[in-house]
Amino acid sequence: MKCSEFLQELTDYLDGVIDANTKQELEEHLSWCHNCYVVCDTTKKTIEIYRDSQLYELPDDLRTRLRSAIVAKCHSRKKSGPEGAQ
Amino acid sequence: MGAIQPKVGEPVSDELALVEAAKAGDVGAFEELVRRYDRNVFRIAQHITQNREDAEDVVQDAFFKAYSNLNQFQGQSKFYTWLVRIAVNEALMRLRRRRPERTVSLDEDVKTEDDTVPREVADWSPNPEQQYTQAELREILDRTIHGLPATFRTVFVLRDVEGLSTEETAEALDLSIPAVKSRLLRARLQLRSRLSKYFQRREKANEREKSGSGDSQP
Repeated sequence: MKCSEFLQELTDYLDGVIDANTKQELEEHLSWCHNCYVVCDTTKKTIEIYRDSQLYELPDDLRTRLRSAIVAKCHSRKKSGPEGAQ
Repeated sequence: MGAIQPKVGEPVSDELALVEAAKAGDVGAFEELVRRYDRNVFRIAQHITQNREDAEDVVQDAFFKAYSNLNQFQGQSKFYTWLVRIAVNEALMRLRRRRPERTVSLDEDVKTEDDTVPREVADWSPNPEQQYTQAELREILDRTIHGLPATFRTVFVLRDVEGLSTEETAEALDLSIPAVKSRLLRARLQLRSRLSKYFQRREKANEREKSGSGDSQP
């Protein structure tokens, strides 16, 4: 397996959706190719860091304000909409 | 090296009942759906628009649009996937409005650097994120993902941050499964490569510290 072939399978490998034979070939490649090992390992870390980062968390006060605004709009639509007119 | 563990989602067993109640005019039931997914919609919106005010507007408009069009939701997909589709469209619309000079489309085939493995790949420090404070780390992650094309950011946030499956992402974005996979691979590799600037091993810096020439002496 060449490095470019390894790379094409990287996403499925990291997602764990790969057949046993291909997985074995990929891991055989990883056992001797340091560059691909590093790319694989640091790509996995990239995903984990973003997933666990709490980037763009919705603050509680803003959350309450947005929810109130949404609910108020829904109520006013209910009054003016087809259901409310019945 | 094992596969990454998917994020565990909310239970959806009672979700259809909430949707049905909301369709019948129960705003309280809809409010429960808002409570369940507002954080996700906000995160997705901010990843796409890269703008806090736009993200706030997307949350309001996407939920209100969902409420107004609940009768269109037939229950063939998860409510969340349907909602994400509405939110992504709202977010992209705002992005286009803000950056009219640049075409923003999920269909665009973004030309990027060749996806081959470079000859020399710098390894990262162990637990690289711990070199920075939480605020510094968020700044780095924000700046790094900001540089990605919108189509890559969108696929990455849905798949890797929100934990949607490839199929759900394809459905939410109206893309084919191979298109989702190809964008995801390129998004992951580009982020990895850009983060290396901050996270790679700094042998020389460490050596300087060990030899006592650093200014972090007690």
